[in-house]
Amino acid sequence: MLHIKPIKVCMVLLALVATACGPTYDENADFTLEGDISIDGSSTVYPITEAVAEEYRYVAPNVRTTIGVSGSGGGFKKFSRGEIDISNASRSIKEGEAEAAHENGIDYIELSVAYDGLTIVVNPKNTWAKDITVAELKMLWEPAAQNKITRWNQVRPEWPNRPINLYGAGVESGTYDYFTEAIVGKSHASRGDFTASEDDNVLVQGVSGDINALGFFGYAYYEENKAQLKAIPVDDEDESNGKGPILPSLESIKDGSYAPLSRALFLYVSSKAIKKPQVVRFMDFYFENAGPLSREVGFIPLPDEKYKHEHEKFKQFVAKHTISATTGGNTDTTKIAQ
Amino acid sequence: MTNSELNRLKDKAFQGFGIFCTLIGLVVLAIFLLNILIDGLGRIDWNFLNNLPSRRAERAGIYTAWIGTLWVLVLSSLIAFPLGISAGIYLEEYGKKNRLASFLEVNISNLAGVPSIIYGLLGLEIFARMMALGGSLLAGSLTLALLVLPIIIVTTRESIKAVPRSIRDASYALGASKWQTTWYQVLPASFGGILTGVILALSRAVGEAAPLIVIGALAYVPFAPSSPMDEFTVLPIQIFNWISRPQAAFATNAAAAIIILLFITFMLNGIAVYLRNKWQKKVKW
Repeated sequence: MLHIKPIKVCMVLLALVATACGPTYDENADFTLEGDISIDGSSTVYPITEAVAEEYRYVAPNVRTTIGVSGSGGGFKKFSRGEIDISNASRSIKEGEAEAAHENGIDYIELSVAYDGLTIVVNPKNTWAKDITVAELKMLWEPAAQNKITRWNQVRPEWPNRPINLYGAGVESGTYDYFTEAIVGKSHASRGDFTASEDDNVLVQGVSGDINALGFFGYAYYEENKAQLKAIPVDDEDESNGKGPILPSLESIKDGSYAPLSRALFLYVSSKAIKKPQVVRFMDFYFENAGPLSREVGFIPLPDEKYKHEHEKFKQFVAKHTISATTGGNTDTTKIAQ
Repeated sequence: MTNSELNRLKDKAFQGFGIFCTLIGLVVLAIFLLNILIDGLGRIDWNFLNNLPSRRAERAGIYTAWIGTLWVLVLSSLIAFPLGISAGIYLEEYGKKNRLASFLEVNISNLAGVPSIIYGLLGLEIFARMMALGGSLLAGSLTLALLVLPIIIVTTRESIKAVPRSIRDASYALGASKWQTTWYQVLPASFGGILTGVILALSRAVGEAAPLIVIGALAYVPFAPSSPMDEFTVLPIQIFNWISRPQAAFATNAAAAIIILLFITFMLNGIAVYLRNKWQKKVKW
């Protein structure tokens, strides 16, 4: 039948276009490195890993690095089945996920690569909220608050008798898990009557258009939209890490005084993946460059010595598995101390 | 006011209402298009079409995404086209009108309304895991083929139904078998309608991101796929990824990618219209 013809033409065109693309290299490019690196997981960590992978292209042009965005949970699911080499994660691995990995003979290591500060924001026209305590946030967000705490003056009596509208990360995201863990005290538990979105830009728009709003999202989204938002300092009422309410900033997130909402972003690397030289080189490259690259895409770099420390941790992990592999039978599935 | 005057007034009122409803759709579409064109048109250039993904919005391109989209389109039409049309022919021409047939019919219509993410989950279990295709182009195309299959079956049946009974009877009267009648009379007469259905179904598939993300399509793929077993990304995933980035420049990229996606969809629809006209001219009884 006639319809086959245009399809054939399409295929030929496709093949032509596919061969027309020429690569570019770095001077010190290592052409001997080959193979795949498959990465998946958190869409929060994605921009950093994308930046590193983009630069890695010039160093190892023959390595095919791919990154997916199926979320921290989706990433761990694939990671524990051994389907991917590296998992991007905006939270730590959960018990069930860790067990699944061990059952499949996968040992892994958790490595911090940058910080993010979950920022509590209100509308710029909000004149009353000048700071907030962790206890107040807990009262506001815990499951028991549903349909009960609905006005600003219920949170703090000095605040006006106005409705309070909440905006937060979607419940499938690692951001939500982290926030509930840090504020409510229990991961994945919060009230359900708030505007939830996986897309933080939706939350930015919501808060910037609603004078009664209070929301939380990653620092990068606040930084890019400072004119339309007002961040409020958070007081964890613990004087050991800075007195009084503290605003999120490069410094306060980096030195940990913006507690408890300053969080680390992680990579998980599996013991199977580090048998591939291209993965090991990628991780080395990651730690050498993550600082400036993570700042460029809106996150807060770890202090230099912390990068060195994480890199060292990774090297030991590699060493341990290369040794156990050369002495025969790599059945070691113990969890590395974090 | 007489009865007939009242009726005429009602008629006028309904006409006005109809125009209003039509305009709402058109105006909203126009606003969307205009908005996207203003945001994204300036961003489209040769580099945008030819660059790999990048952390810098102004250097990022959709090269691997549009190639992935074309691959998925071609593969899923190769899969869905013969399956859907054969199923449609069977159900309309061969299948007995019994309880099983009506059961199948109801289910196919229901399948056409199942949310796409469900197909994604199905594709993940069957194609990506059980058939061990992983997050490959083939797994994605099979999933999307399943997604559009019910639509193709339904339109095939409708088009076949529209072929007059007398044509079939005439063919049989001349001694043609059932297959000969279907192949030489019914199919050519209904092919314009079938093609339209297929291409409209593919236009739906081309905009899907969710089922592909579920089966493991990626966001960052720095190489154009060269075989159906390669990993891939598609335009809707790229758009979704860019629109949720904090930097405003990525939103411009997303708008530009949306224009390319719209262009592909309009092209498909254009082809559908062209083929239908061409086929309709051919059919002469």
